[in-house]
Amino acid sequence: MSDKIKFLMEGKECTGKPGQSILQAADDNGVYIPRLCYHPDLKPGGSCRVCTVNVNGRNMAACTTPVADGMVILNETEELRDLRRALVEMLFIEGNHYCPFCEKSGNCELQALAYRLKIMAPRFPYMFPERKLDATHPAIFIDGNRCIQCGRCVRAAEEVDHKPILGFIGRGVAMRIKAGSSKGLAGVEIGPEDACVKVCPVGSIIVRETAYRTPIGKRTYDHQPIGSDIEARAPES
Amino acid sequence: MQEINLKALQGEIKAIAATEGNQRTRLINVVRKVQAAYGQVSDPMIDLISEALSMPRIEVEGVVSFYHFLSKRKLGRMPVFLNSSAVAEMMGLKEVAAAFEKAAGIKFGEVTPDELLSLSWTSCIGMSDQEPAALIGGLPFVRLTPEKVFSIIEGLRSGKSPQELVEKLGVGDGNNAHPLVRSMVNNHLQLSGQVLFSSFTNGAALRKAVSLTPEQVIEEVKRSRLRGRGGAGFPTGMKWDFCRKAQGGEHYVFCNADEGEPGTFTDRVLLTEKPELVFEGMTVAGYAIDAEHGILYLRQEYQYLLAYLEDVLEKRRTAGLLGKNCAGKAGFNFDIRIQMGAGAYICGEESALINSTEGRRGDPRDRPPFPVQSGYLGNPTLVNNVETLAAAARVVENGAEWYIVFGSGQSTGTKLLSVSGDCRRPGVYELPMGLPVRMILAVVGAENPQAVQVGGPSGTFIAEKDFDRKICYDDLSTGGALIVFGADRDIMSIVYNFACFFESESCGWCVPCRVGTRLLKAKLEKINQGNGTLRDLAEMEQWGKIMKSTSRCGLGQTAANPELTTLANFRSIYQHRIKEDEYLTGFDLKTAVAEACEATGRYLQDE
Ligand SMILES: Cc1cc2nc3c(=O)[nH]c(=O)nc-3n(C[C@H](O)[C@H](O)[C@H](O)COP(=O)(O)O)c2cc1C
Ligand code: SF4
Ligand code: FES
Ligand code: FES
Repeated sequence: MSDKIKFLMEGKECTGKPGQSILQAADDNGVYIPRLCYHPDLKPGGSCRVCTVNVNGRNMAACTTPVADGMVILNETEELRDLRRALVEMLFIEGNHYCPFCEKSGNCELQALAYRLKIMAPRFPYMFPERKLDATHPAIFIDGNRCIQCGRCVRAAEEVDHKPILGFIGRGVAMRIKAGSSKGLAGVEIGPEDACVKVCPVGSIIVRETAYRTPIGKRTYDHQPIGSDIEARAPES
Repeated sequence: MQEINLKALQGEIKAIAATEGNQRTRLINVVRKVQAAYGQVSDPMIDLISEALSMPRIEVEGVVSFYHFLSKRKLGRMPVFLNSSAVAEMMGLKEVAAAFEKAAGIKFGEVTPDELLSLSWTSCIGMSDQEPAALIGGLPFVRLTPEKVFSIIEGLRSGKSPQELVEKLGVGDGNNAHPLVRSMVNNHLQLSGQVLFSSFTNGAALRKAVSLTPEQVIEEVKRSRLRGRGGAGFPTGMKWDFCRKAQGGEHYVFCNADEGEPGTFTDRVLLTEKPELVFEGMTVAGYAIDAEHGILYLRQEYQYLLAYLEDVLEKRRTAGLLGKNCAGKAGFNFDIRIQMGAGAYICGEESALINSTEGRRGDPRDRPPFPVQSGYLGNPTLVNNVETLAAAARVVENGAEWYIVFGSGQSTGTKLLSVSGDCRRPGVYELPMGLPVRMILAVVGAENPQAVQVGGPSGTFIAEKDFDRKICYDDLSTGGALIVFGADRDIMSIVYNFACFFESESCGWCVPCRVGTRLLKAKLEKINQGNGTLRDLAEMEQWGKIMKSTSRCGLGQTAANPELTTLANFRSIYQHRIKEDEYLTGFDLKTAVAEACEATGRYLQDE
């Protein structure tokens, strides 16, 4: 196998490395594919489907599909944009997201992606589910209302922190994130420095007493849309 | 729980875990045993299991909360699981459910104060030809009527065991009357063909196989053009070839007997009447792909067949058809074990099935890698449907030429159809591939049907205009289910039933399936309440397409089919119920105001 994979992205010739997913290869070429459940330090989860791209005529998740020689990939078609908007809207109506009074606002990937995708209002009716708040721990809490079930914390706990303390219970729309103790977060070993806490893309896993350290207006996505850092990457020559 | 109890419990759970070698990959077996022993898997039990198997507590809780037949809350000693399938609804489910509630004195979701009974709903239990049906104390009770329900509950109250009640109600035909089965299920095997339900001599296929090289066996299966009977229709010989050639690790043969698609019950009858043929197919596959281990994944609903199947396996071991040097072939060692499921339609999806067998939640996996490359415990794994393996055995025994004569074109051989709904002779039919629906309807005694559902909820609703289409891979593909709906059935309520099915069976992993199934169900509710508008129909189509093109696995990709195929073929049934305008309120103003009045306690002046 040659060590360079050639593929077409939006008509542009790109190269990737063996073992890379489409998403990773696109990143290296300065092409941002929207994503939520993917995190560069973790194995892909394939759950949000926001990274759906068109590969040789078929829709596939870019984070779980290996890049291959000769692939013709489309990323910015009107169809894909609408699919992604729909998926992000589904996440908004499925949970209880009140950005204006959420401490994560401005640092939230869900919110930032909604702005980038120019979502005005969801097309779906809100579900207003009953979700729980786990405030049993002195330093950290989990607000289930804002969880998007991306599984990043679960994977980080396992793969980076090497202590599988978080996971999903229930299934379907009733699936919820939970700490691995009958006492909730208070019963597990977890701290603000753990990867599983840091990787939460939204305001679900929060370190207490840090909410407004960075004032609104100076937060990650206040000035630049999400994905700008990737788009600024020069393609490898 | 008191300290003293906890100590005792700890010992007991340790003992249960030990029966499974304290292996975390056997978690499903352990929690099933705990559930059976205590009627629940409570929080303290979850703690103890996680301790005994040295595995994270959250994984145990994740599993317990995933499967239908496991429960944190205590169920009755005789739990009743009444299945809510569409066919059951057609056959009097409502009256039967009411009878259960009346006889037990509790509602669904509750437990009687004496903890004898609990009433729960479950998805199709594979008895669509004899609905309404329920699992009571683990055994299937079929053709239920309110009278039968009262007598069953009375019997249980007077201390009779479910088995005694079955004996009283009468056992079914064929091997349902076998001493190790004794079930009231009937086969309803209406038509035996020449491939699957014809006479078969134990060992004939296997002896033929071992007289050939594995490559020759695969070649024969390839030449037969046999394709997977589980729904996807993947060429079987090619799959065997991929698996044989896959590098690394021991190879595994899985037989998929999860059979969860509502309206499908072909595996049930094959496993009841022809288990040897199925096991023989697994063994032949094992020889072909160089595997030593076979695993039959059996849905919990079919637990009543377990002792019987174990006995068949034991007899095959004694006969030298399993174990060391199978069928006298030096160096070919192969054995089969049975893995029970715990109630989850998604576990029929091959990678979810593998996860479940590894003791995990039944979430599907991302592909690649495919199971043939990396499946059970990371090893190359062949997953085939029950019928596929049985057919493969006959192919190897009699040759590809013999096989391809049955069937037509690219769809060779016979296909088992499980027919249910409005017809005179529901049951299993072994028919050549490629027959038109109209002909099959005549055979099963379906008069003037309004619609036929081909392939179960994930398949296609067709109307009269399509009855000349054929059952085969190039036209109407089905895992077996054919549900007939008579002229006066309400198609909308059937679609709604299917929507509820998908909502409750979605694993929840991916967004479009998890959320989309709920959204479609809500749309149907809105329409059924008379608040639907033209816009709702358009949105159902758009949203269904989003689910189709973005879902992670086949469940989400097909979950909108009931809505999409009825909107295409039965649009008028929707049009009769909606407000024929696009920009109308999606709610009823009067009802909404009344609700608001109720909630606030402030009422309108003039009322
Ligand atoms: C939601 C879902 C449920 C499935 N259920 C079953 C099943 O009960 N039995 C089955 O054989 N295949 C089922 N399949 C298909 C399997 O994934 C797989 O394709 C099949 O077992 C392969 O065997 P075959 O090639 O012999 O058909 C299901 C697929 C999906 C997506
Ligand atoms: S489509 Fe997604 S949520 Fe639905 S069963 Fe498959 S993986 Fe689970
Ligand atoms: S980023 Fe690919 S599925 Fe979520
Ligand atoms: S702003 Fe996104 S979760 Fe709070």
